[in-house]
Amino acid sequence: MFPWLTIAIALPVVGAVLIWALPRAKAPAEPAVATSSAQASGGGTATRVRPATGPGAGPSADGRTAKRIALGTSLATLLVVAAMALRFDTSQAGGLQFEQVVPWIPRFGVHYAVGVDGIALVLILMSAVLVPLVIIAAWNEYDDREDGGRGYFALILVLEAMMVGVFAATDVFLFYVFFEAMLIPVYFMVGRYGLGDERAKAAVKFLLYSLAGGLVMLVAVIGVYVYGGTFLWTDLTDPGGALAAIDPSTARWLFLGFFIAFAIKAPMWPVHTWLPDTAQASRPGTAVLLVGVLDKVGTYGMLRFCLELFPSAVSWFVWPVVGLSLVSIVYGAILAIGQSDMMRLIAYTSVSHFGFITLGIFALTPQGQAGAALYMVNHGFATGALFLIVGFLVARRGSARIADYGGVQKVAPRLAGAFLVVGLAGLALPGLAPFVSEFLVFVGVYAFSPVPAVLATAGVVLAALYILWMYQRTMTGPVPEKLTGLRDLSVREMWAVGPLIALIIAFGLYPQPLLDVINPAVERTVEIVPEAGVVADGASEEGDHE
Amino acid sequence: MIPLNPAQAVHTAAERTITEAAPQLDWWLLAPLLTVFAAGVLAVLFEAFLPQGRRRGPQIGLAVLALLTTFVLLVLQVGSVGQEGTTVAAGALAVDRTVLFFQGTITVLALVSLVLITERGDGRDAFAAQAATVPGSEEERAHIMAGSQHTEVYPLVLFAVLGMLMFPASNDFLTMFVALEVMSLPLYLMCGLARRRRLFSQEAAVKYFLLGAFASAFFLFGIAMVYGYAGSVNFAAVREAVAAGGAPIFADGGNGEPLLLMGVGLVAIGLLFKVGAVPFHNWKPDVYQGAPTPITALMASCTLVAAFGALLRVFFVPFGGSADVWEPMLWTVAVLTMVVAAVVAVTQRDIKRLLAYSSVVHAGFILTAVVAGSTDGLAGAMFYLGAYGFTTLGAFAVVTLVRTKDGAQELNEIDRWAGLGRRHPALAGALALFLLAFAGIPLTSGFIGKFAVFEAALSAGAAPLVVVGVLSSAVTAFFYVRIIVVMFFRDPGHEAPTVVRAGVLTGGVITLGVAATLVLGVFPGLVLDNLVPSQDSGPEPTAVMVSQVTADSGGE
Repeated sequence: MFPWLTIAIALPVVGAVLIWALPRAKAPAEPAVATSSAQASGGGTATRVRPATGPGAGPSADGRTAKRIALGTSLATLLVVAAMALRFDTSQAGGLQFEQVVPWIPRFGVHYAVGVDGIALVLILMSAVLVPLVIIAAWNEYDDREDGGRGYFALILVLEAMMVGVFAATDVFLFYVFFEAMLIPVYFMVGRYGLGDERAKAAVKFLLYSLAGGLVMLVAVIGVYVYGGTFLWTDLTDPGGALAAIDPSTARWLFLGFFIAFAIKAPMWPVHTWLPDTAQASRPGTAVLLVGVLDKVGTYGMLRFCLELFPSAVSWFVWPVVGLSLVSIVYGAILAIGQSDMMRLIAYTSVSHFGFITLGIFALTPQGQAGAALYMVNHGFATGALFLIVGFLVARRGSARIADYGGVQKVAPRLAGAFLVVGLAGLALPGLAPFVSEFLVFVGVYAFSPVPAVLATAGVVLAALYILWMYQRTMTGPVPEKLTGLRDLSVREMWAVGPLIALIIAFGLYPQPLLDVINPAVERTVEIVPEAGVVADGASEEGDHE
Repeated sequence: MIPLNPAQAVHTAAERTITEAAPQLDWWLLAPLLTVFAAGVLAVLFEAFLPQGRRRGPQIGLAVLALLTTFVLLVLQVGSVGQEGTTVAAGALAVDRTVLFFQGTITVLALVSLVLITERGDGRDAFAAQAATVPGSEEERAHIMAGSQHTEVYPLVLFAVLGMLMFPASNDFLTMFVALEVMSLPLYLMCGLARRRRLFSQEAAVKYFLLGAFASAFFLFGIAMVYGYAGSVNFAAVREAVAAGGAPIFADGGNGEPLLLMGVGLVAIGLLFKVGAVPFHNWKPDVYQGAPTPITALMASCTLVAAFGALLRVFFVPFGGSADVWEPMLWTVAVLTMVVAAVVAVTQRDIKRLLAYSSVVHAGFILTAVVAGSTDGLAGAMFYLGAYGFTTLGAFAVVTLVRTKDGAQELNEIDRWAGLGRRHPALAGALALFLLAFAGIPLTSGFIGKFAVFEAALSAGAAPLVVVGVLSSAVTAFFYVRIIVVMFFRDPGHEAPTVVRAGVLTGGVITLGVAATLVLGVFPGLVLDNLVPSQDSGPEPTAVMVSQVTADSGGE
């Protein structure tokens, strides 16, 4: 069996090590990457890079080589993942494929175990698509820094390895390792390379929130081992296994331990407050990966671990989670409307969108969960693109404040057009990808119980408001003096956003390939949770108890 | 109140060993201790007979040689001891794989600390030219000009290490007390030897000495109580007495329980003081801050390992049968330690004080494994101690390099470390790694250690303890992360710190710390599968530690 997943994890790490090993040379970097990195071990002379003299000045040699390595590595990873996806057997999408199990820490029964089912596959694909685009979008952002941004590009690659790893891990311990370790690159990406004076504070807030959640989850992870006797996901989900036999109250505690961590990650109201701050302090590329991929780990974890490891505890949590999801949907949307900073605004829209995802997951119906899984992918593309375009604006004007903009469509029509398409995707316009997933979520939730479905529609209405109002305030109207010479999208920038827009339109018109892969996996989850149907029937009764 | 008959008690166990023929000494098994002892004595003779200017070289050579030899001997002994373990010197010392692990760890950590102690990157080591002079006096200046130095540090280190090696190996309470004193006295002295900020240093030494003396007195008083209860100070005899509900003197209806309670409590105070658990932790921040940083490193790594080795031994072997007596106490202490230290540490502004409080918190984490009272707990604590020792040594090695602008004095205020990450990425990166390991981020040894102790505690049903543990972990993360923020995210102010070029030695220590932190984090199986006891090694929990008790009683 060819270790596709291991290669997809190892490749970015190799790229990151190459970048770090680059000599700090003043000489223009040669395209021959291998030779320059081979000399690296000889101990680079600590020459400072020449300072950039202006926006047009060339990037440092350091940064240029680093960028090339980063882009090359991420594209290679994308190729590997794509090749793997082509070999994926859709008819068996419900089970794990490309599995690899190697003992790691025998004493604790920990394995290096990777494998993907349909949902994990599409999420890995999404991550692998986003990373090279983020690198292209961030191409010139760090040219004025003394290290030319090589640290940033190395961190992106490390993060990519962990993103693939976290979705591929089929050992709870390994998952936890990736889940926690991936905080560190993001922490440095925000704190060291972020924007604004508050970036250090935002980075700390992000790290502490996530770490606190992660530590609570650690208790649950240990609990899984103590009660289940193994960390292997395949053994733990065995209906005849030890974990299936634990008493319900323990199962509930363990469920809660996982859920708190995932809710913080997702982020769900009321533990979402780190996201707007962090997004505001992030560079757009960081924000794309943060919201587009990292937060998905939360919802993916709910689906994969909360539901499948503790099916007996699920029914107890359905209504509280549905309630929190509804609050997230409405609260996120309302706060999005009130924001004056575009990055914060998008962050709050994501809180709202994640409400839809968790709602779909905990509706416990095939359509709802399929919609949620699809939502994760579409949201990654749509919000990722939105962050990138806002990032282009910020790079031009130096501000993310809505009030600083206006009339952009007159001076930069391509930028405004891309913004509109992506924004409309954000409000789930039919014909664009997010519509399909949102529709599926609504169908699924309605089948579960009509009331939450009706309440959730408020989120759709509000979405139209915050997106269109933002468009109106920034893209239409008179052009402020400072924006008169605004450049339109460059070729590089179009390469960064174009593929995402293409994907949004393509999957909007023809989502079937994704659904073919997702559906079998979702059906397995729904089958595992025994009370799914019962809960749907006795929903109103249970609701009264809460 | 309690019918006590001392004469009878003496007859039961103690007298027998005294009246027998001279005990057979197993020189081979005693060799590591004797090596360190002989080297210490020899070092004192060096002090006496070598001219002042020529002492340094031989002293360093002797100390390094002694510790290396000791380590080799310990490794060789692993084969000859076997799974069961045995006792030597008439049952005064135990030798089994657990003890050898502790001793080996202490020796390696001491060797690494010694490297820091000998470092004189800027031409001077960390110690006062003449500690007996009044700080700021003419006399002191004269000594500095003359280039005097305290080579007495080396014999003192050797004696301290001797005590540390004996401490976790002791098989009766009196030996343990002697080990405690042999370990502590040189440390008290060395704390007062700092070259800079000498008043701080002397204050630290006095504080440590006074509080340490109190703790020792408690310990000794506890021993007396235990002796009253069990009629012996031998661990095996105490264990038997505990199992039987008291020594034979209590057989006719007398109740020795209060004696046991007092004994356990007072002995625990002595040990918990050395470990630095709340509420016996107050010395740690002051002493860590005042002592010369290499000595702080020695205390933070070796002393902690030795003290926990002894603590584990006492609670698992002699008091193993009375877990219901000490478990509630250790629960309370563990919770207090984790919570109080984590909260207080948040307000610290001095890196050495912060690392001191951090060491207190980690002591709390390890205590959760002691409370578990199982083989898993023992193994988890052992792994944690080894991993923590290397990480903390690395962290203190970094501290020795960050100096004020003129490069003469260590700069310990964290807020003035701004911009360190930009100017010295490798050094700051290493410290960041150590801090992340302290915080328990995966892929570092700290995470595996934390996992191991919490897993043991949860298996033993101490779920609330684990929850408190992870919550205080989250708090500790805050102040570790704050240091990273200062180093990496803050622009250097007008008074940026300088970093003295890492000498080969200090550089080596940091590299070793990084390597150990990463290797034990990614491949913990190296230690977990080979060096620490596992469930398979015996049917009974804590089989290895208990084994020489049975071996001992069988031999009698």
